[in-house]
Amino acid sequence: MQQRTPKVPTPTVAPVEQTPRTTADSKAWRQRHLLDLDTLSADEMEHLFKTADVMQGVLQREVKKVPTLRGRTILTLFYEASTRTRIAFETAGKLLSADVTNITVSSSSVVKGETLLDTVLTLQASAADVMVIRHADAGAPYMAAKHLTRTAVVNAGDGAHAHPTQALLDLFTARKHLGSLQGKKVTIVGDINYSRVARSNLWGFVRAGAHVVLSGPPTLIPWDLLKGKDDSEHPFKSVEVETDVRKAVKEADLVIPLRIQLERQQTGLIPSLREYAMYWQVNDEVLTHAHPHVLVMHPGPMNEGVEISSSVAHGVKSLVKQQVTNGISVRMAVLYLIGAPKEL
Amino acid sequence: MTTSSSKIIMTPDDVRRALTRVAHEVLERNRGAEGLILAGIQTRGLPLAHRLAKRIQDFEQSLVPVFGIDISLYRDDVRYRTPAPSAGMGVPANVERKRVVLVDDVIFTGRSIRAAMDAVLDLGRPQNIQLAVLVDRGHREVPIRADYVGKNVPTSLKEEVQVHLEETDGKDEVTIFKKGGV
Repeated sequence: MQQRTPKVPTPTVAPVEQTPRTTADSKAWRQRHLLDLDTLSADEMEHLFKTADVMQGVLQREVKKVPTLRGRTILTLFYEASTRTRIAFETAGKLLSADVTNITVSSSSVVKGETLLDTVLTLQASAADVMVIRHADAGAPYMAAKHLTRTAVVNAGDGAHAHPTQALLDLFTARKHLGSLQGKKVTIVGDINYSRVARSNLWGFVRAGAHVVLSGPPTLIPWDLLKGKDDSEHPFKSVEVETDVRKAVKEADLVIPLRIQLERQQTGLIPSLREYAMYWQVNDEVLTHAHPHVLVMHPGPMNEGVEISSSVAHGVKSLVKQQVTNGISVRMAVLYLIGAPKEL
Repeated sequence: MTTSSSKIIMTPDDVRRALTRVAHEVLERNRGAEGLILAGIQTRGLPLAHRLAKRIQDFEQSLVPVFGIDISLYRDDVRYRTPAPSAGMGVPANVERKRVVLVDDVIFTGRSIRAAMDAVLDLGRPQNIQLAVLVDRGHREVPIRADYVGKNVPTSLKEEVQVHLEETDGKDEVTIFKKGGV
């Protein structure tokens, strides 16, 4: 399984037809499902962040619970391991008074060979209003959304394709600390090609008007996404690639190192974790090249000492803890906008 | 939006006088401004609450805290619409053992007030909750009444009452018009 040229892990997934919702605020929010950020307009993102601001207010109160989604059922269906994302969705749903059920795939009928489609249709029949799906295969939540008529789908990560709520919380956190992202320089470092977080972040930060620079070993750069980017119509025409991390972070306002999956070195895409750390680790020395007020975010879980040094991970520039807290308010906003109206 | 079919029922002077009277009534009923806190229901209740606080300060030389209350997460009709919550809640107010005066522009079905009471109670346990409105147009759907009313306006269900305020709409004015007649 040694590959020199990185195999394209996930071609873009065809968008699912979404019937526009007919609510009073249909202008502000038109999504029935949340599958990725590519279909989200700048206005919709703005609307979501405003909603998340309100949710943050709820989190600061004495009674951290509102009755908004009373009587709604949210299911989390995770085909892949996760702690923070599942817990964040569960907490968010509960704080909105929804009933949240977590389905652990290892103890469900999936192990008896039930297909994904049968599973989601069964869950729809058992009155799920929102289904939060994580799957190892790109496009799995799209397939579910295509077949579900009553249940709204939130993509909680599909293969190496998309992880929209993580990207939204990254954007929300960045905005809180940097203000408008228009013209801000955001450097994403590491395993971008296999990172669904990075791919969704790319859509989000570009749409927010940030100047995105990708850095890392050339084997981990998502060349498929950037193909033909000299075309003025290309969505990522403003995205820059700079493999030298010190040049890439020059004057950056925000640096996002991505987790290097420990199993990645077996594929031959990076020589070794030690060598990766030598060239691309985001540490105090690397950050001296960035803007003096640079901030650092990491989608977690972190491999301290590999893609990020411990002193940066826990230092004053780090927003990692804020990201976790904001993850709750952003997911509350998502569940509110997706889960509240009955007329889908 | 003044249209041919709309009628002005309160002029800027009427609004000013009504608010002054309501401010006096609040002080009279509560024997001063001690322990008072004004909760303006977003969006037009908040500027009204600030105006009442200004008057109370003028009359009694005491500062009354004002906070905005966003009821969108407490509405009983989220199944039909998902209103954009306004970021008005901000830092939660401390209502513990306070006399909370809810302030809104119009009371109609009473459902918004019901939602606002739930929102206040989630912030703590106030000593009591009172209600001040600029206009009471009747047609309650829940057993709720206002303690302080700027103006009672008998209306038909076919009519709509619209409050314009300097802060949100550029001028003070209350109009009534036939629904769909715009």
